[in-house]
Amino acid sequence: MSDATANTVAAQTGEAQFGDYVALLKPRVMSLVVFTGLVGLLVAPGSVPPMIGFAAILFLAIGAGASGALNMWYDADIDRVMKRTAGRPIPSGKVAPGEALGLGIALSVMSVAMLGLATNWVAAGILAFTIFFYAVIYTMWLKRSTPQNIVIGGAAGAFPPMIGWAVVTGGVSIESLLMFGLIFMWTPPHFWALALFMKSDYHKANVPMLTVTHGRAETRRQIFFYTLPLVPVALGVAFTSIGGPVYLATALVLNVLFLKGAWTIWKRPESVAEADEYAVEKRFFRFTLYYLFLHFVALLVEAALRASGLGIW
Amino acid sequence: MPITETHELHKRRFGRNLGVALCLVGFMAIVFGLTVAKIRQGASMEAFDHQPRVSITPPVEGNQ
Repeated sequence: MSDATANTVAAQTGEAQFGDYVALLKPRVMSLVVFTGLVGLLVAPGSVPPMIGFAAILFLAIGAGASGALNMWYDADIDRVMKRTAGRPIPSGKVAPGEALGLGIALSVMSVAMLGLATNWVAAGILAFTIFFYAVIYTMWLKRSTPQNIVIGGAAGAFPPMIGWAVVTGGVSIESLLMFGLIFMWTPPHFWALALFMKSDYHKANVPMLTVTHGRAETRRQIFFYTLPLVPVALGVAFTSIGGPVYLATALVLNVLFLKGAWTIWKRPESVAEADEYAVEKRFFRFTLYYLFLHFVALLVEAALRASGLGIW
Repeated sequence: MPITETHELHKRRFGRNLGVALCLVGFMAIVFGLTVAKIRQGASMEAFDHQPRVSITPPVEGNQ
């Protein structure tokens, strides 16, 4: 048996390296979860000891990673078809599907139990619901059945700041709901911009993304119309206890740019987009990442100003 | 009986085993750190221990 054959056999029997298991936890998604969860924790009124805060964010990240592993287990068939996801541990044969399922369930239970013991059961309850929502509601149900998949499924990615907030306060408030709303409303335009330039992948996998079911022109229109409710939510945060003039100024600039970008995409003919290889759509997609990041950075700045006695409202 | 011979499998799985070991050590460190943090916070250090403990029994009216 040659080395190449031996490696293939090893891969098919789930002979994975440690890094392959880490890849199952979707580290890039985890980084967004860690960042928004940390901001939720830092802007909340009150404080927790650094060790408890660190553990809370760690278990939040592990919980998010566990739902990623469950997602990869269930979606292995469509991941195999799409170019973007074909290299993931299961479709590439490095990790056996059963291993991913086992890891996902074990880490889910462990992260929720540990978050509950380390902080409180409201935070742990929201984390448990987030994992359930992402793995069952989004992955198993919505993703393959409706073009609204990412509209509703986006809620899973929006819970982390609420969890961070609950770690400190033990509850839910208008501030944490608005942080949830900001990510929730941001998700559709963000993902539809991606779907516009990842065109063949979703078609091939038969995933009913809006581009597949309603066409590209309609997707462009929907990006703009879903941006409209995002703006008041983003600006509304400024007038709560975690907002302030720095956040308001940042949000005003970013939302004007977001609206302008969404309008440009709506009015752009598909032929022009194809000719320049979706340059505007790709730029808008990158901008949406900065948009969310900078809103949360502005919230951190406001928290720092308040802590140093410079908060204005 | 100690394993004296290193099989090819041991070499192949070294990275993976090391990763698991480090995760376990990390987990122990976190549980220890959390315990210290909770105790410093003044969390309850007494709990049910299979026998009645006066210090954690709720006071009964009329007995005080």
